[in-house]
Amino acid sequence: MNIVACIKQTFDTEAKIAVSGGQVSDQGVNLILNPYDEYAVEEAIRLKEKNGGEVVVVSVGTDKTQEALRYCLAMGADRAVLVQDPALGKADSASVSVTLGKLLADMEYDVILCGNQAVDDGASAVPSRLAEKLDLPQANVITALEIGDGSATVRREVDGGSEILDVQLPALFSAQKGLNEVRYPSLPGIMKAKRKELKVVGLGDLGLSADDVAPKTEIVNVELPPARQAGKVLKGEVADVVAELVTLLKNEAKVI
Amino acid sequence: MSIVVFAEQREGALRKIATEVVSEGKRLAAAAGTTLKVLLAGSGVAGLADEIKTFGADEIAVVDNDALKDYSTETYAAVLAAYLQQENPELVLLGHSAIGKDLAPRVAARLDAGLVPDCVKIDYADGDFSFVHPVYAGKALATYKVKSAVKIATLRPNVFAAAEQAGAGAVSDFAADIPASRTTLKEMVVSGGDRPELTEADVICSGGRGLGKPEGFEIIEQLADALGAAVGSSRAAVDAGWREHQYQVGQTGKVVSPNLYVACGISGAIQHLAGMGSSKCIVAVNKDPEANIFNVADFGIEGDLYKVLPELITKLKEVTGN
Repeated sequence: MNIVACIKQTFDTEAKIAVSGGQVSDQGVNLILNPYDEYAVEEAIRLKEKNGGEVVVVSVGTDKTQEALRYCLAMGADRAVLVQDPALGKADSASVSVTLGKLLADMEYDVILCGNQAVDDGASAVPSRLAEKLDLPQANVITALEIGDGSATVRREVDGGSEILDVQLPALFSAQKGLNEVRYPSLPGIMKAKRKELKVVGLGDLGLSADDVAPKTEIVNVELPPARQAGKVLKGEVADVVAELVTLLKNEAKVI
Repeated sequence: MSIVVFAEQREGALRKIATEVVSEGKRLAAAAGTTLKVLLAGSGVAGLADEIKTFGADEIAVVDNDALKDYSTETYAAVLAAYLQQENPELVLLGHSAIGKDLAPRVAARLDAGLVPDCVKIDYADGDFSFVHPVYAGKALATYKVKSAVKIATLRPNVFAAAEQAGAGAVSDFAADIPASRTTLKEMVVSGGDRPELTEADVICSGGRGLGKPEGFEIIEQLADALGAAVGSSRAAVDAGWREHQYQVGQTGKVVSPNLYVACGISGAIQHLAGMGSSKCIVAVNKDPEANIFNVADFGIEGDLYKVLPELITKLKEVTGN
């Protein structure tokens, strides 16, 4: 069974966001493997451990992204491909899905795994866009995956509950927290990762032009949300402060 | 030119988010001087057209087909894409719900369209739309322009007001070829009982590490009963195994914006604040006077939640009658 895991490198979720000149500043920000993509990579490795085959990790990014890919190799992925090109500097979900779609078109796979969203733009768009480019069935936000004969059974989180779906393979799945417990790379894993293949390709190698991956959206401004002001802290006997709170909620905030 | 809204329904009932998206679509159509067309797809849903009409739809296209009984990406994407190819609208709006999140990017890719997800504001000025989408889970707000001819956006639930207004409401059938789906729904597992869905709830009561034990959520449930609220959780309580992840509010959970958010025993980590910071009114109950949550709360009670909440539940029941 061949599995492809698609990953993105993002800001650490602990990062405080600073804006300068209408853009988010990356000064001093720690970069991590997008947390939801960790579940995707972990699941890919588990599928391989159970069924044999190969795990390839792919990403669209920059020099720095190699670090995130090495981390995946240290977890147990077999090889990695990074698509890096100046024309992808302002890539949006359309650019990334066209790029990955072209990269994967020549690969053999049974399952593609992605994180269900990236913690930076929170768009949840690349998995579905990529599935469309590759004409694959999709199931997003999955918390369980069981491979059967030519199909997979997944649990997908939806509003107000979850769905159990049968999906024909090959297919694309996007991972949600709860799908698995992510392993830490072992020391031998980290050593081995240094010798694993990490191939860097440009758009030209994929037969794509800058026009093919032109973003369809553009960020024209970024600003910080208005800061919330600290309100009233009620002090005193429990019965008194509770009575005061209920009155405030009813008459001032008008929310009950 | 027109604006098209995909009206989401579940089991034959129009979802709240659908009324919000139709209302915002109408507002934008009026601003841009164009018509609002609504696509209603499902099985046994034709009757919902009357309800959609009251939110200002000019035209309603209905696809009522047994093959659309359960949502599936492939069948619904085929119907929506076919309708968009026929209408060639400038703007397409869906809710940023489980279905909208799944469907919008699939259709956007088919039409080579730009997509701005999870919008909290859309403006029309100088002949173009601009879209505000919170990034880094609300730590920053990004304004987007879309360059493709067809622009697609999904709207965050509970942010845009549903407003009843007049629309021509002409109803017609739309015939679409519906392909066989390569996914099959085996079972739907409903959770949370009668409680509202977290992202749609007007009131949310959340518990965190300060509850001290998994059973602590019993009192949060009672508080939620008194308020007709949904129950949420901090990441700490989920990581401790006290609550399932689907109830987690925050950067790696759900982003919510209810009218009232009651945070009990939640310290207010930056990831949590990102997920609930746009709530209209925040109440915090915490015994730690230094807790960060007090910096964002409109009203705070500094004290032991096991003493405060029983009293609060009693008082609220008197007021709400629940």
